[in-house]
Amino acid sequence: MTQHAIQVDALSKQYRLGSVVAAQPTLGERLYGLAGSAVNRLRGKQTSRTKGEAFWALQDVSFEAERGKVFGVIGRNGAGKSTLLKILSRITEPTSGEALMRGRVGSLLEVGTGFHPELTGRENVFLNAAILGMKRHEVASKFDDIVAFAELEKFIDTPVKRYSSGMYVRLAFAVAAHLEPEVLLIDEVLAVGDAGFQQRCLGRMSEIAEGGRTVLFVSHDMGAIAQLCDKVMLLDGGQVEMISEPQQAIDRYLQIVSNWRSDPGGVFNGLLTKVMRFDELTINGVNNSKPRIVHPEQPIKLHVTGSVDRLVPSFRTTFSIFRDGVRLLTQHDTPVPTDLPAGKFEAQTEVPAYLLRPGRYTVSIGGYRDGMREHIWGTDLMDFTVSEMWSDNYDPINLGLINLPGYGSRKTEHNDAITSNPGSAAA
Amino acid sequence: MSAITTPHDLHVTRIRRSRGLSRLGLLELWGYRDLFILLALRDIRVRYKQAALGVGWALIQPIAMAAILFVFFGLLMGMDAKVAPTPYLIFVLAGILPWTLFESAVTASSGSVVANANIVRKVYFPRLIVPLAATGAPLIDYAIGFIVLMAAMALLGVPVTGSVLLIPLMIASLLVGVFGVGVLMSAITVAYRDFRHLLPFMLKLLFFLTPVIYPVTMVPERFRWLLSLNPVGGTIAALRSAILGTPILYTDWLVSTSIGLAALIAGLIYFQRVEKRFADIV
Repeated sequence: MTQHAIQVDALSKQYRLGSVVAAQPTLGERLYGLAGSAVNRLRGKQTSRTKGEAFWALQDVSFEAERGKVFGVIGRNGAGKSTLLKILSRITEPTSGEALMRGRVGSLLEVGTGFHPELTGRENVFLNAAILGMKRHEVASKFDDIVAFAELEKFIDTPVKRYSSGMYVRLAFAVAAHLEPEVLLIDEVLAVGDAGFQQRCLGRMSEIAEGGRTVLFVSHDMGAIAQLCDKVMLLDGGQVEMISEPQQAIDRYLQIVSNWRSDPGGVFNGLLTKVMRFDELTINGVNNSKPRIVHPEQPIKLHVTGSVDRLVPSFRTTFSIFRDGVRLLTQHDTPVPTDLPAGKFEAQTEVPAYLLRPGRYTVSIGGYRDGMREHIWGTDLMDFTVSEMWSDNYDPINLGLINLPGYGSRKTEHNDAITSNPGSAAA
Repeated sequence: MSAITTPHDLHVTRIRRSRGLSRLGLLELWGYRDLFILLALRDIRVRYKQAALGVGWALIQPIAMAAILFVFFGLLMGMDAKVAPTPYLIFVLAGILPWTLFESAVTASSGSVVANANIVRKVYFPRLIVPLAATGAPLIDYAIGFIVLMAAMALLGVPVTGSVLLIPLMIASLLVGVFGVGVLMSAITVAYRDFRHLLPFMLKLLFFLTPVIYPVTMVPERFRWLLSLNPVGGTIAALRSAILGTPILYTDWLVSTSIGLAALIAGLIYFQRVEKRFADIV
């Protein structure tokens, strides 16, 4: 019989709606509430205490995670991912159900928990490590490795308030990366830091799992999930939607998050919504029923169909691509606004190959009448993921928001009189 | 929640809804002593880091306070004569030091869970560490103040008697009251934020019910019991007597310690009841 590192059985967590207030009554409110309920009782009314509506943040969740594997948890915001992590890391208690974890448990719900700006890097390493459950002698023996991983040897005795945010995150992650529990719970911590550092952190996580330890990894970053996880659980509305190989769960997740046609009226806004509808948006011919993974070497074709009830004079369709809330680019279907006759229409645009770096993008579409007198706009209607790849046109070290295919050039003039080798400094 | 050892020698963490006192876990607390020390050290370091005088402030505050009390009560109101042959300055310093320890430790503990919300919401550890560690900085201040008091006594020629041997025991019993009220207040403050405003007022009131600026003997016998209801009053008076070599009122000390102990037990029980909701309400 194999013993699973994590065994979760029918775990549920209930919150009372409005408990943000109810759980935190001031003395006055409590007194007032007592008086109020007494009055209500006299009047024969139901008291507010019994009215609080129950809300299941997590309902009947069961799963098992094998030792030495990375188990991913995905789902929309509010799907119960964070609640699950909080229960497993013992920050909050379940309402019912049970979880068993074999081995020392370390949890990493954010990097740099308890970092104090006035303390030096050194002091913060010890404090943060203790908060994460490391023993003092353990930290002492790993201290040099931690500092080296963070590349902060020179600043380790400087208060962290003088650190740049990059340095801060590096130090914080370095501590976390040297946690060596048998079970590691990680929440979205890779959302910080630059891409190079993120890659190093991902590498570190794979190492941890290969070392026979178990990782439970919660993320919105489907790239990281696909890259790291052996098995993925998709949560939706506090319940298990599916547990499967990563690709299937990711596909299903992408379907859930981009199901914009279910309520098109609510998705678009602007005056033109009265006469105009967008029916289907596709990316390279794929609509929202399938995952949209785009390979860097293919151009990305955005295509939309729609209809108008009457002629819309001087109209242009707008396509915008966003990453992490930043609008990367916008393109239009026509050079200048032109009349759109009543009936159906199609519009399209194309993003060249090798332009976008790997990651998740969202697409917003809309359009406007000349002079912005009337418009229609739908935000984040669909997403797509640009996958990783290694080629001359797509060097993984080309960090940044966009990609330039190919390379620049270099010119050197060899001079024997200068003996030092300028290359050695960089090597 | 429990931790047992399997044949594979792996720790098993079992997570389920807790009932009763299952989570008091004083043993577990010991396993987290490193964190306790580091949290206390953090508070101490942060407190004096930016201050030009640094730890000097730990000296200046009680001395200034004692000086003010000496001028008003000792000289202007003639208390000096009531505590003779002990100089009133020494008398009041010996009382204000443990009182300051109590007052600042309770204030710090009471706000500690809220002040450490960023950790409490993100990591598990026995929550009791938070109010306990908040006592660290006041304790260091007390130690520094104690040295000052000893120096002042030597300077003013106040003799030291054999009863100083009781001092460690008295400080231990003082800490029972400090932890007791501190833990109780920290849990209450999370549940009812009003106590943040109420606490300074209650402490001010308690200050006058504690024999700091006056000797216990000044209080008429029939009101003496009022002072005994104080979780630290009898202890502070006894501690001062031990330092100054005046007669120790053992009954008052015992009653005070018992009340401090009762507060500690009530505090621990209440704390563990509220503790599981901390992350949800802090």
